[in-house]
Amino acid sequence: MKAPLKSTLIILLCSLLWACSGGESNVTIGNREGILHLGNGTDPQELDPHIVTGVPEHHILTALLEGLVLKDPGTLEPIPGVAERWDISDDGKHYRFYLRHDARWSNGDPVTANDFAWSWWRALQPALGNQYAYMLFAIKNAEAYYKGEVKDFERVGIKVIDDHTLEVALTNPTPYFLQLLDHYSFFPVHRATIEKFGKADERGSQWTRPGNFVGNGAYALTEWRLFKRVIVSKNPYYWDADKVTINAIHFHPTENVTTEERMFRSGQLHRTASIPIDKVATYRKQHPELLYTQAYLGNYFYRFNTKVPHLSDKRVRRALAMSIDSNAIVKQVTKGDELPAYTFTPPDTLGYTAEDGFHYDPEQARQLLAEAGYPGGKGFPVTELLYNTSEGHRKIAVAIQQMWYEQLGIKIVLNNQDWKVYLNSVENGDYAIARAGWIGDYVDPNTFLDMWVTDGGNNRTGWSNARYDELILKLAPEAADREERYRLMREAEALLLDDMPILPLYIYTSKSLVHPSLKGLQPNLLDYRLYKQLRLDASYSGEVIH
Amino acid sequence: MTESIAITDLADAEQGTSLWKDAWVRLRKNQLALFGLGVMLFLCVIALLTPWIAPYGYETQNLQLGAAPPSWEHWLGTDIFGRDMLTRIMYGSRVSLAVGFIATGVALLIGVLYGTVAGYAGGRVDAVMMRLVDILYALPFMIFIVLLMVVFGRNILLLFLAIGAVEWLTMARIVRGQVQSLRRQEFIEAAISLGLSRWTIIRRHLIPNTLGPVIVYTTLTIPSVMLLEAFLSFLGLGIQPPQSSWGLLISYGVETMEEYPWLLIFPGLTLSITLFALNFLGDGLRDALDPRASKD
Amino acid sequence: MGRFILSRLLQAIPVLLVVITATFFLVRAAPGGPFSAEKIVPPEVVKALEARYKLDQPMWQQYFSYLNDLAHGEFGPSFRYPGRSVNELILGGLPTTAELAFYAMLVAIFIGACAGVMAALKPNTPQDYIPMSAAMLGICMPSFLMGPLLVLIFGVWLEWLPVSGWGDLPGDKILPAITLGTGYAAYIARLSRGGMLEVMSQDYIRTARAKGLPEWVVVLKHGLRGGLIPVVAFLGPAFAGLLSGSFVVETIFQIPGLGRFYVQAAFNRDYTMILGTTVFFAALIVLFNLLSDIIAVWINPKLRHQLREGR
Repeated sequence: MKAPLKSTLIILLCSLLWACSGGESNVTIGNREGILHLGNGTDPQELDPHIVTGVPEHHILTALLEGLVLKDPGTLEPIPGVAERWDISDDGKHYRFYLRHDARWSNGDPVTANDFAWSWWRALQPALGNQYAYMLFAIKNAEAYYKGEVKDFERVGIKVIDDHTLEVALTNPTPYFLQLLDHYSFFPVHRATIEKFGKADERGSQWTRPGNFVGNGAYALTEWRLFKRVIVSKNPYYWDADKVTINAIHFHPTENVTTEERMFRSGQLHRTASIPIDKVATYRKQHPELLYTQAYLGNYFYRFNTKVPHLSDKRVRRALAMSIDSNAIVKQVTKGDELPAYTFTPPDTLGYTAEDGFHYDPEQARQLLAEAGYPGGKGFPVTELLYNTSEGHRKIAVAIQQMWYEQLGIKIVLNNQDWKVYLNSVENGDYAIARAGWIGDYVDPNTFLDMWVTDGGNNRTGWSNARYDELILKLAPEAADREERYRLMREAEALLLDDMPILPLYIYTSKSLVHPSLKGLQPNLLDYRLYKQLRLDASYSGEVIH
Repeated sequence: MTESIAITDLADAEQGTSLWKDAWVRLRKNQLALFGLGVMLFLCVIALLTPWIAPYGYETQNLQLGAAPPSWEHWLGTDIFGRDMLTRIMYGSRVSLAVGFIATGVALLIGVLYGTVAGYAGGRVDAVMMRLVDILYALPFMIFIVLLMVVFGRNILLLFLAIGAVEWLTMARIVRGQVQSLRRQEFIEAAISLGLSRWTIIRRHLIPNTLGPVIVYTTLTIPSVMLLEAFLSFLGLGIQPPQSSWGLLISYGVETMEEYPWLLIFPGLTLSITLFALNFLGDGLRDALDPRASKD
Repeated sequence: MGRFILSRLLQAIPVLLVVITATFFLVRAAPGGPFSAEKIVPPEVVKALEARYKLDQPMWQQYFSYLNDLAHGEFGPSFRYPGRSVNELILGGLPTTAELAFYAMLVAIFIGACAGVMAALKPNTPQDYIPMSAAMLGICMPSFLMGPLLVLIFGVWLEWLPVSGWGDLPGDKILPAITLGTGYAAYIARLSRGGMLEVMSQDYIRTARAKGLPEWVVVLKHGLRGGLIPVVAFLGPAFAGLLSGSFVVETIFQIPGLGRFYVQAAFNRDYTMILGTTVFFAALIVLFNLLSDIIAVWINPKLRHQLREGR
């Protein structure tokens, strides 16, 4: 016992002294050698684009793979990716993509139209368990094929004209189709590699391991260690490799936001994935130049269970909504420049803005509640507010609980459940009021509105409105132009907000800390980064704050 | 089972007077222990009187004020909702002290009985009982908590159950080890040969002799139980906001220790004072109750 | 001795079997399946995933096929990490956690034994109260407080040590080891204080003193040997506790260890991963408890008859 004790103590002391002598930080070394260190939130579960579901995976995959189009990080408009140009038919249902001839996989193979057709075929294989297969349903017959109603893949609207020309037929004119192409479910995968390591539709094959992975993005996978890091380094075969200035990117899993902020402060990260709520004010005051906030395509809201007797009354729901001072919540509780929400779709979602469906008016709220039979909150049944276990949700719930008590005189009981139990409760309608969040899959109001149709999988409020269903499912998809389509959607959203099966609280803001040496970030609604546009300024050293 | 416990308790109370009287006399001489006892009594009185003497309501918010450092209006400052910290600590003490004492008491009762029986019986009984402890140690705690919540809903009693279920295991192991080594000592052998009944031996000779380690372990358990309560409440098993406890206040305080240090310092200080008081009291009690001490 | 160990190892089999069975059905009883997500998962996907992981079979069939896999040393595929097997995940995390637990143990023994011995040499003086109080603070300070506090002081303010990581930067193992170890130091301090007090009043210590040996020789050479015996018995279960209890420290310092799998698997309803880690830890607990019992018997001759009786 004694000998190892002694030697370990000596080692401990030596390493302590060595550490005190001061090493260079990740950021200092990174700036010199062109290595970008990013905090990436939760540890990625998988790197197969047809299996993953999360944002952290998304950030890694956009470095490793490239779809037909990319997005301009400033405007989010489509820009050429593997396709150097495309034609759209007049009826908006037929797309023809012309693939660039110099597009290469990271092993040197050319990227062809067949690669895309095969990849999309794979994404539609039910056995793979692809949760985002529905993203491809805009393509003609894709949904029928996925559900087994159409057996022959030839009948799906994907047609390879030649190695560099791909034609896609859609069911409806889908104005956001180009947006979808940049989603990972549309990314190409390397057929030979996948087939080398297993069946095409095998879940959990080894092809995504470093050494095996073949991609067509600006970066290639070099290391993937669970809970430790994912490293990607420049892919020399990438068609636009000349523009890529950063040599390697290290994605650090940062599940603990407090630790992440400290990693940033000690120069281990160029950019964090998030920032602890209570740090925002401090940074805003002392280091505003490091704080990076941008509106995010998501809505933080509460669901009302319209099957619960006292919540089935629209007046009660509106009273609850109108008594919340969401301004105070974003200023005092969430503190991140969030935008108080009075609509469900975030304002200016690709030019779409709905009219405010309610406003903060405690006086009218009290009146509505009295009309509903609960003057001054008298006789209002004990109601439970459900949220999944998390500090942030708790804080908001505590503030709202008190607002409802002070403004309306009603008592709300808070109840938090662990994530999976919470999902189960909401799905089974086993709640009265439940916290929720919705992040758009693509930049179009449709991703916010089609969920509220009768019995929609993500509706879960029991709310149903025939006119709303007609507008969203039938009229809007067939609308002649964008103007007309948006008008129909605004009508639908007005119906939704008038009935209030949901209570929008605020539009998400993505908040992070960015080291000044990282250049080329452009704020956008999706926190979308085009890695090839990023640069590191070597003149900065790592330490910024003490 | 319950019946026999009740009987032993009664019997203890009757014939154990002199032991407790002796102990009290010895404890009174120990100033640190008396100090600890005083602090604990003070905290308990405050906790009982809180609803009448608290300066503010524990749920009253003032969002405009937010987190403010200690001032004349709010002696210990306010939290991010502008709620008075002194009030919240006072209300928190009700939860924390209740949980600390009751849950530890439950663990103590089960653990001591179980450990004594296992250690005294020995052989197969001991083996089976201790393997059961091994099994309970090994079951995944988180799943157990989730199931408890789902089956019974949110309930403060569940909290005691969950904590007791975890904490008695170590207690049982400690007691069993102690009893096992005592069992072979001469005075126990003598008691057996005198024809004393099993329960009498357990009650009069074994349990008093294990009190020392048990008391020490108990004083260590109480604070960890208070912190466990915070964890379980966070998961949704225990108390719900806007109620608070010391453990919860500390865990919230940790997140903002740089911005609003008073949110961590004051609840932390309260818990530390309690811990030291308990510790002094525990040491004093152990010395006072040590049967060997009376032989000197 | 051999018979004792053999019989205890045989007893481990029913223990593990009960643990496996109970866990197997408990996790399936918990609400929320492994594949539920915020956005509804289409029924086709659920079906495909259940077929992939054999969740569509009758419960008893799943149970026996799991036992069969287990008998062949296979823990099955992880649900959360599609490309990884539970075996791979456990083996990947184990060395890190074991190393962390080992260093934490050294820290705990060093701090605990120093405080305990110092206190026992002059009982009921400031030399007793101060180290013991400091050790008590170790318990009072949960790791979720101790960790961030140490990081703030040594990582952020003084910039002496890295704020996170494991084996990436020099010195990044120091703070996690201290954070995890201090909780146990207090127990060790109390145990060693008690043990030392007992030993220092024994005859052979008086003899050693009478021979005119310097006090530190008496303490180090004769006192420690007997005084630390209760500590040794404590180490077995404590080490098992350190291994499975490292979740908080691993999260604070972003350490890729086993403790995180253990807890996160429960939150994710990753059935195979929960079972795998539980079985693994159960085996460890049984093993370490056995070790500590062997040591206890070995150092306490009065218990040796048990060995002959083969219990």
